[in-house]
Amino acid sequence: MKLAICQLSPTLGDVRANLAKIDQAVVHAERHDADVALFPELALTGYRLRDLVPHVAVSLERPDPVAARLAEISRTLPLAIGLVEESTEHRFFNSAAYFEDGTLVHVHRKCYLPTYGMFDERMDFSPGERLRCLTSSRFGRVGILVCEDVWHPAASTVLTQAGATMIWALSASPLRGLGAGGEGMLSSDSWRELVRTMARFHTVPVAYVNRAGYEDGVAFAGGSFAVGPGGELLAEARPLEEDILLVDVDPEATRRARAAYPLVRDERPVLIARELERIVRLRAGAGPRR
Amino acid sequence: MTGAPGLPLPADRLVRLLTGFLREEAAKAGFGRLVVGVSGGIDSALALLLAVRAIAPERVLALMMPYRSSSPESVRHAEEVIERAGCPSELLDITPMVDAFRQVAGCDDPLRLGNKMARERMTLLYDRAMRDGALVVGTSNKTELLLGYSTRWGDGAHDLNPLGDLYKGQVRALAAHLDCPPSILSKAPSADLVPGQTDEEDLGLTYEEADRILHYLVDLGGRPERAAEALGVADETVRRVVRRVVRSQFKRLPPIICKVQARTIGIDFRFPRDWGV
Repeated sequence: MKLAICQLSPTLGDVRANLAKIDQAVVHAERHDADVALFPELALTGYRLRDLVPHVAVSLERPDPVAARLAEISRTLPLAIGLVEESTEHRFFNSAAYFEDGTLVHVHRKCYLPTYGMFDERMDFSPGERLRCLTSSRFGRVGILVCEDVWHPAASTVLTQAGATMIWALSASPLRGLGAGGEGMLSSDSWRELVRTMARFHTVPVAYVNRAGYEDGVAFAGGSFAVGPGGELLAEARPLEEDILLVDVDPEATRRARAAYPLVRDERPVLIARELERIVRLRAGAGPRR
Repeated sequence: MTGAPGLPLPADRLVRLLTGFLREEAAKAGFGRLVVGVSGGIDSALALLLAVRAIAPERVLALMMPYRSSSPESVRHAEEVIERAGCPSELLDITPMVDAFRQVAGCDDPLRLGNKMARERMTLLYDRAMRDGALVVGTSNKTELLLGYSTRWGDGAHDLNPLGDLYKGQVRALAAHLDCPPSILSKAPSADLVPGQTDEEDLGLTYEEADRILHYLVDLGGRPERAAEALGVADETVRRVVRRVVRSQFKRLPPIICKVQARTIGIDFRFPRDWGV
């Protein structure tokens, strides 16, 4: 299975320009025999939107010309892309949408909104309330996570317990701190360690799709990559610049890894759910059930 | 048709709010003194009248800084409002400074000369602020800030601004409430860079239109594509206003710093301005 990791630099607030760029990248990916094109978090709109959020929002529940255009593009190749979603009750979500064969198949609303340091997402967005896999006629079950979701291991645990055999992590990760050696950037190093660990915990291949470009003085680190189900690095895109990375992910490798390390099989969802429920009850001020 | 925005508060309460702001901020800076550049126009007249109500008039310094092409009427109007304010003042002619620039830079472009004049005035205001331990009071109103009708690092440079959230029409209403001289209230607003110039000709729209459109877009959160119909103004006028606001956004923000390390000034070094005051 060939993934096209489209590490683009969107123009902040210019949906029309970004749609054209996305369309081009999909055509490029299709020409190189990719099976799916993956785009970063908020690739349709740019990241540091602030008061632009309502200006660039797309409805995925009602007819919407921009969503229709994305669906149209998916006739060339399925795509997963980050965008601002406006719900019917006018809440705004930092969402990832997956389109296949001209249809919207799945929406993941970012569950963990970073609101600390340089991040202020809770100011602009509502948090998602669901962690579900998408089911594709071509890829089976896939879990989509958006950026900060990756930093909360419960999210990938839920998705792999729900049957995900692949995870797409769409991100808009800024450069924070230059590392000591080589091209090492602190943020890119942390992402590599984190995603490799996630892959090993759940014996699941992961594509990490980051963006490039600058917004208000902040550089996005690029350096997208994919890892196999043992956390092994399969391929890596250039740091800081736009790049389209084509990477083969072998489902057979996942099968082998899961046969050798039955970690997903041996997870204890009932135990975890019971303990979490107890903790939630305690936090809510109720006594322990037992 | 929606009318021009009225004062955001009854005039007395608005005066109390703005004078409290000037008094507190001047005290925080340690010296409790203010310096105001007074042009003879309505914005600086209101800023001065507020300053002398905020702190004792003898702690406010009014600077008149004409260029040789400035209208003589402007200085007369400035003197009128200074007399009403009852504060000390200085008249500093910027002609030698600007003419030296004309010669050195080989510049006769009225727009660039206008910028130079604004920046020369800024350097004098900051010199007096340094000498007296005062803060520089800004006189930019919300209409001109949003339209980007100012000189970056010129009139756009100051320490605190009591007028920055009031539209031009609101400035006029408040100035009238504070007994601003009628000669200032009644004349057409002008940057006074070229004889006979008016702001409204420069901008290609009236302040009344600009105020209503900006109030609808910014304060009411209205959509640009609905503004023309809601306000009964031409589409093209709305588009022109929106274009000006978008294109001048950089003027309203401090320079951007390229993020390199873990904590970056302006991005995630998040101490308040009132840190340690």
